[in-house]
Amino acid sequence: MALPLSSKITIIFSIFTILSTRFVSCNNGRRLNNDPLEAEFNSFSVPLEHSFEVDDVANFEVRGALVLKAGREPSVSLAQQQLSEYDRAKLKEVAAVDGLYRIRVPRVLLQADRQTERLMDGHLTAFVRACAMVESHLSDVITLHTDVAGHLIGVSIVTIPGACRGSEVEDEVDLEAFNTTLSIMAPVNAPGPETALFLERMELETEKKGKNPQEQKSFFAKYWMYIVPLVLFLMMSGAQDPSGGGAGGGAANGGGR
Amino acid sequence: MAKLIFLWLKCLVSCCIVEAVFEDQVGKFDWRQQYVGKIRFSHFDSHVQSSKKVLMATEKNVFAALNTRTGELFWRHVDKTGPEGNIDAFLLHGQDALLVVGNGRLLRSWDISVGGLNWEVVLDSGSFQSACLIGQQDTVKHVAVLKKTVISVHYLSNGHQKWIENLPESENIDYQALYSGGNGEVYVLGIVPHSHIAIVVYSMEDGEIIKQTSVEAPWLSNIQTSCAVVGQGMITCVDSLTMSLYTLDMHTQSKMTQIPLQVCSYTNSKPYTKAELLIISNLNHDLKHCDYLVIYYLGCNTACSLSLFNAETGRRLLDTTQFLSIDPNVGKPESIYVQAFLKKDDSVSYRVLVQTEDHTLTFIHLPGRVMWTREEALSEVVTMEMVELPLTGTQAELEGEFGKKADGLLSMVLKRLSSQLILLQAWVSHLWKLFYDARKPRSQVKNEISIENLSRDEFNLQKMMVMVTASGKLFGIDSKTGSILWKQYLNNVPSNAAFKLMVQRTTAHFPHPPQCTLLIKDKDTGLATLHVFNPIFGKKSHITPPALTQPILQSLMLPLMDQDYAKVLLLIDDQYKVTAFPSSKNVLQQLQETASFIFFYLMDSSQGRLSGYRLRMDLSTEQIWEVIIPTEIQKVVTVKGKRSNEHVHSQGRVMGDRSVLYKYLNPNLLAVVTESTDVHQERSFIGILLIDGVTGRIIHEAVQRKAKGPVHVVHSENWVVYEYWSTKSRRNEFSVIELYEGMELYNSTVFSSLDRPHAPHVLQQSYIFPSAISAMEATLTEKGITSRHLLIGLPSGGILSLPKMFLDPRRPEIVSEQSREENLIPYAPELLIRTEWFINYNQSVSRVRGIHTAPSGLESTCLVVAYGLDIYQTRVYPSKQFDVLKDDYDYMLISSVLFALFFATMISKRLAEVKLLNRAWR
Repeated sequence: MALPLSSKITIIFSIFTILSTRFVSCNNGRRLNNDPLEAEFNSFSVPLEHSFEVDDVANFEVRGALVLKAGREPSVSLAQQQLSEYDRAKLKEVAAVDGLYRIRVPRVLLQADRQTERLMDGHLTAFVRACAMVESHLSDVITLHTDVAGHLIGVSIVTIPGACRGSEVEDEVDLEAFNTTLSIMAPVNAPGPETALFLERMELETEKKGKNPQEQKSFFAKYWMYIVPLVLFLMMSGAQDPSGGGAGGGAANGGGR
Repeated sequence: MAKLIFLWLKCLVSCCIVEAVFEDQVGKFDWRQQYVGKIRFSHFDSHVQSSKKVLMATEKNVFAALNTRTGELFWRHVDKTGPEGNIDAFLLHGQDALLVVGNGRLLRSWDISVGGLNWEVVLDSGSFQSACLIGQQDTVKHVAVLKKTVISVHYLSNGHQKWIENLPESENIDYQALYSGGNGEVYVLGIVPHSHIAIVVYSMEDGEIIKQTSVEAPWLSNIQTSCAVVGQGMITCVDSLTMSLYTLDMHTQSKMTQIPLQVCSYTNSKPYTKAELLIISNLNHDLKHCDYLVIYYLGCNTACSLSLFNAETGRRLLDTTQFLSIDPNVGKPESIYVQAFLKKDDSVSYRVLVQTEDHTLTFIHLPGRVMWTREEALSEVVTMEMVELPLTGTQAELEGEFGKKADGLLSMVLKRLSSQLILLQAWVSHLWKLFYDARKPRSQVKNEISIENLSRDEFNLQKMMVMVTASGKLFGIDSKTGSILWKQYLNNVPSNAAFKLMVQRTTAHFPHPPQCTLLIKDKDTGLATLHVFNPIFGKKSHITPPALTQPILQSLMLPLMDQDYAKVLLLIDDQYKVTAFPSSKNVLQQLQETASFIFFYLMDSSQGRLSGYRLRMDLSTEQIWEVIIPTEIQKVVTVKGKRSNEHVHSQGRVMGDRSVLYKYLNPNLLAVVTESTDVHQERSFIGILLIDGVTGRIIHEAVQRKAKGPVHVVHSENWVVYEYWSTKSRRNEFSVIELYEGMELYNSTVFSSLDRPHAPHVLQQSYIFPSAISAMEATLTEKGITSRHLLIGLPSGGILSLPKMFLDPRRPEIVSEQSREENLIPYAPELLIRTEWFINYNQSVSRVRGIHTAPSGLESTCLVVAYGLDIYQTRVYPSKQFDVLKDDYDYMLISSVLFALFFATMISKRLAEVKLLNRAWR
């Protein structure tokens, strides 16, 4: 099994180098991943689509391809092209009327064994204000969220900076290429109560106490003249309510440590 | 020295969180009302002639005894909720009450005089049909329980089983009823619907079948609902179609005899809506000479009549007819329980306990005198709001002066003078009242609160509690005393309705009355109606709400106000069209202006789809984001936003090194809780998603493994607290998530979900909680300065006020100088329940379903209402009463000290002057 696999890898690698060299001229060296063979490496690509219209009616077009790599730690990369002249103009126009810039990705299951099981019907959508997109010079942060089983459940997009201040943006320089930060996030495991650590700490403390009991003892012996008036003062101030008793109890507990 | 500081810190901590009531404060700021729920079975205690008990078993699995004179509870037993504690049958014999509980699982005997349990036995499995007492030579010593296929007989004294027999098997006979005539035989009645009745007779001694017969009864479909056995083995059935009684003597006859009822004396042109046989047997011993009595009532739309009939002849007894007028505020009678007795002149009289559609219990003496009423609908409060009381007339007058437009200098002056005069008048009358009251003994001076003299108190501590109950009845309750000030029954509420109560206009906008809107939605069809009313008087508003023809998906209260200061309510229907209420021109214009900033979300938990929409100018909507949580893995159980009336006073927390950690205060944040569909204890989990409701951005996604629901969530400020059951450790655990922006704020002036690119820091910590919980809410105060507490309703009936300080993910594992500086309590995995944290001391609140908190006019004080089977209202002071002088504050001491100081300064000044003068002369 190992032998054919490794041979395949070499083949694919060679194809890959060919492909990337082919795309170099039009894609600034970024790889565009439409290679079907890639899927066998537990990674596959889905389109990332965007939409920005002056009348705010969604009309999604392909922005790039997301390459998702399943596995214990899923990873994602993105290959995308520049905005065309027409798109740049449209984006600025949409930004001027405070329209929305929307993106969507199809729902997929990362951990599926077969390609057919991966795609599920429906899309996940998110948006950002078009002016924020323009003013941040197309620097966006896209995050894909998965659930425990590896289903893609949500996508979010923010731009950095996120504000619309109405600053001037130059077409050719600033709106040329996307500067995308992409990440995929699986749910974190929420911590349970930390009993083990607590017990360990308690043990350590008792051990410490056991080691130099004299120091512990001399502590009260040293400072009793401060403690007694304080206790008296507290008792006086809280004499009417049961909080005095609670305070005493707290002191006793503290003293025990 | 460090140890010392730590110790005192602990002392201080325990000092400032200890709170409890003093003995003399019991009942001063709090009250509790206990309810039983809707009656299922009820019997009057006829054991002793002078007894004033009525016993009832209710739909809420409560067994209780009420005082028939006052309607107050003697005692009450609350069983488990759901089918496990369901009361199937209730028999009363002398001092013993027998209950069959949990679909024939348990047989219990109670002593009704004190409400103690005599004995309890576990019955064999099988679905329960009927139970009856078995008499033998005028004494009752046994009880028989009929199940689907089995009949068993038990001793009344100790519950032991005497014998158990299988019923004769037959395909289509449905055994439904039991009867014993007191001659050592047990009759089991079975029915083949619309065909015949089968009667099986068992011997009481050994359970042998003596006789089996069958009787034709083609008009009968169910024995339990339309038949009863009276006297010596006389089956009496009512056929409401032909308006006649059928009788059959089981010992002798084999055919039923028909007796048409005399109902012609009742003349009313309106059609009868209900004719029912109510009570036949189980009468007082004194009534033996008039063998059977039938009480029959005819219901119709405006009134209903009750009368006693003789069962043998079908003749109506004289002077026993009474008319019950049906209050439109109460609904129609649902069931009636009659206590018949003989008067001194040997004529028959009776008292009736009427339960109406709105679950009100009314106890009526024969001439129609209402002895007491109980609002049992309050045992099922669904939602509630607390509304501020209006100003008094004089205050309102003053307010009105400023509210009106200026019309000339002179008239303004006159107006001012007149209002000052009114104020003076009010003050004088107030003084006079004080003087007058002072002469009376303390106990007599009890201000009766009525709807007329309702007014806001100095600190806004008294509010109107508007409660919505499942039966569709609304209540207005005074929060200070708990007295019901108004009630309104909505009789068109579907049985499976969901309610949402919103305050559209508070009392703050004087000339305009306060306005509440109740959204009533049928859960099946999604169709909704709006009920608009004045929360202070309960009156329906004259404003006509929009007609809603489409199912409603979501409702949304906007901070926008129309020209009459009513907040705008948006209703989104299933076509994603938006209806605004009120929908005046002003509102529509405002909506058009702000449309692009109005976002809302919809949750479809059946598909796991959470989607966001934005309002358009033409009141249509567009979808802008979508998150889909696959339902095959987990299902969404709760979506919880923040409360709109919540204020956060401090933007951040001061750290030990004097830097500030800023809170992530996103008002649009939603906490979405999911539960896994896989219930295996190793694989089940609970998911927590924090989603921005405007942008759909998932702020945080966490999974609590090996955990299952039910999950209780509280979402407030920058934290989410949730409680779950840990399947691994088999215990309840609390978890807290806090969100922080970090050491600097991104935009300190305003929060916008659209412009907050950096994800917050998420801190989380979990704790063990030693009890299950039934409801949870956080305290709420006017300005949010007071520290927060969590109010936790426990199944034991206690309401715990747990300081949020203990649920703080920054509690350090290892104590450092900085954490000490910050007053952080060192981490301990277990949260202890301290008895002084119970805010309801010994006033247990059964089955708490919800806790409502409302701010008062005092920053230190939060009003709390816990509702479930009972209602409990109290006040809590999470940071103690820092803005109030204590009740026993020593005014004498402080004023004498002040005066003394004043005189001392005067004298010393004088002395100093003299001394200066002398020095100048020298």
